[in-house]
Amino acid sequence: MSKAPTKTPAGQVGTTGHEWDGIEELNNPLPRWWLWTFYATIIWALLYTIAYPAWPLISGATPGILGQSTRADVAAEIARVEAANAPIEARLAATDLTQIAADPDLSNYAMNAGGAVFRTWCAQCHGSGAAGAEGYPNLLDNDWLWGGSIEDIHATVTHGIRNTTDGEARYSEMPKFGADGLLEEAQIAAVVQHVLAISGQPHDAVLAAEGATVFADNCAACHMEEGTGDRSQGAPNLTDAIWLYGGDEASLTETVTNARFGVMPNWNTRLSEAEIRAVASYVHSLGGGE
Amino acid sequence: MSTTEPTALYAAREPVFPRRVKGRFRSLKWVLMAMMLGIYYVTPWIRWDRGPGMPDQAVLVDLANRRFFFFMIEIWPHEFYFVAGLLIMAGLGLFLFTSALGRVWCGYACPQTVWTDLYILVERWVEGDRNARLRLWNQKWDLRKARLRAVKWTLWLLIGVATGGAWVFYFTDAPTLLRDLVTLQAHPAAWMTIVILTLTTFAFGGFAREQICIYACPWPRIQAAMMDEDTITVAYREWRGEPRGKHRKAEGAAALGDCIDCMACVNVCPMGIDIRDGQQLACITCALCIDACDEVMGKIGKPRGLIDYLALKDEAAERAGAHPKKIWKHIFRVRTLVYFVLWGGIGVALVVALFLRSPFDVSVTPVRNPIFVTLSDGSIRNTYEVRVRNKQHEPRSFAFSVAGVPDLAVTVEGGTEAAQDIAADTLGETRLYVVAPAGSAAAAAERSQIAIWIEDTTSRDRVSVDTIFNGKGQ
Repeated sequence: MSKAPTKTPAGQVGTTGHEWDGIEELNNPLPRWWLWTFYATIIWALLYTIAYPAWPLISGATPGILGQSTRADVAAEIARVEAANAPIEARLAATDLTQIAADPDLSNYAMNAGGAVFRTWCAQCHGSGAAGAEGYPNLLDNDWLWGGSIEDIHATVTHGIRNTTDGEARYSEMPKFGADGLLEEAQIAAVVQHVLAISGQPHDAVLAAEGATVFADNCAACHMEEGTGDRSQGAPNLTDAIWLYGGDEASLTETVTNARFGVMPNWNTRLSEAEIRAVASYVHSLGGGE
Repeated sequence: MSTTEPTALYAAREPVFPRRVKGRFRSLKWVLMAMMLGIYYVTPWIRWDRGPGMPDQAVLVDLANRRFFFFMIEIWPHEFYFVAGLLIMAGLGLFLFTSALGRVWCGYACPQTVWTDLYILVERWVEGDRNARLRLWNQKWDLRKARLRAVKWTLWLLIGVATGGAWVFYFTDAPTLLRDLVTLQAHPAAWMTIVILTLTTFAFGGFAREQICIYACPWPRIQAAMMDEDTITVAYREWRGEPRGKHRKAEGAAALGDCIDCMACVNVCPMGIDIRDGQQLACITCALCIDACDEVMGKIGKPRGLIDYLALKDEAAERAGAHPKKIWKHIFRVRTLVYFVLWGGIGVALVVALFLRSPFDVSVTPVRNPIFVTLSDGSIRNTYEVRVRNKQHEPRSFAFSVAGVPDLAVTVEGGTEAAQDIAADTLGETRLYVVAPAGSAAAAAERSQIAIWIEDTTSRDRVSVDTIFNGKGQ
């Protein structure tokens, strides 16, 4: 395969000594400019390591005489974006909540900024698609515990629910009818059948009739006589198809026995007013806004 | 193959000073050069009326608005397969021409060849023909040399500016850009493009020249695979020319071939090679050596064509004194026919696809996070993101409906109706809600096949997209 390289007089080309099936590889000289280009790239590389962060040290790297830093670039870029958004954020914070959707610029900004806020701060509980989970309300449907108007959503996001950090947080507490001995087990079983009945599910009609009395005495104050709930107290509508903690017999028994106490933090200490308005607009737009 | 001194690893470029030549191929090259430069410079200035609000430039690559305009054709980014198809056709076209006629692209049409030719022309105007240029190259720098060089380089730079300056007109409205360039208001991208193209044109056409073909271009390496013995290419009839010799009156001159070793073919070659050495990578088949040799043959009273376009397959017949096959018999063979059929087939398919394009384009994406939402009355709602591209230059209204499953209600987000206005020439994004009533088959089933129909409410053009409706799956 390989023979000794051949050399020839000036003006002719030798071979490298490589041969495949009688085809030999010529040993043409490289063009000189190629060599200079190669040297130029080496010089460029050396200058680059002087100008830019390059050589690794024990903790960090040489900073480079140009002082370039990707972190500083990012910080500058964020500052630039924030400065660019400042006017529209000020306008968002000053506009009447119900008028945001009517202003194309504001609503477009609110949708995008609000979506980003939602995915950063809200998605952990309510899900990235806002479909919620057991105990964490689905924000896409048309059922609202505390109200689904833009003002209601804004108030909920601002102050939160049943937290101890904001005095204005929405608050209500369902009694632990079983755990605190307010109702007998038989009464609980009966009232659960009543709730199954009013929500249109299969139930024991006799027990449900008994349960209706229990419901009127113990539950109707918050959930209303018909079981349609009361948004001023965050009392859920028990007649619809949507259940935050499950609508089957076992879940309902658990709810009546030990009660539920869903908590949401207040966001007014972590988000700006513009961000809260943006995320409220975003949630309001998801399909259930009133 | 004697071992004398070690071969140098690096060699300086040997300058090439092509001599002026006249002849049929040189004339053909002038005509082609004028045509191609004309197309390049004139195209951006052709106007084409597309109605109000639309660019009126016939050929425009509108990067900012992501559109490609070519006369009556308008290509959106999602239709880029048209451009891919054109590139495939360009590739197959190269294969076709290379298998039939060798490196005609390199010799006649490649921008590197055309601009180098232009630069050499300017060089000859300023500094004179080959011998004068050689003298100038070898002489010491003096005022005259400096003046000639300065004039030449200035002219080259002006051609470079004109080259880069014309390129940018393809990407934005040409008259507007020209006005901005003159008033120094143009976008920095335009200036940078012009500067880069000016410098590359200057360097490639003025100095790098044949080295681009030899060292930088992949095409000379690939095209050998497309050529065979039937390919028409520039070659030297060595069986007629050899043994070569200058001294026609010396003893033994009767045994000499037709080649008088006048070096005309070498002196006119822009690549600086000797075609008599046989087929070689550096030969771009520009055919100037044919013209040069024909001229000499005419002077010494021999038939033309010592160097000529010929197929290597004919060598045996010609050595035996027979006539070569007709050129068309070399060109029409299975290989070129296959290339032509492929090339034409893709061309026809593209044209058909172009005329079968729908007047609007629809894509439907079911929202999967979550796959459905239960509403308070127990009905099931699915959400679809519908993108409608209104490819016409007027606003249109589109109505949405669902087929495949009964009782489904359709609304557009934020409205009570299932209709959406979409502005001219834009992509409209709509969230579509489809609701199955509680207890209906679609609400209970895990999934149902549905079709979403989108109808232009004016023209009644309809398009449907098949998709899935997700139910509770009990």
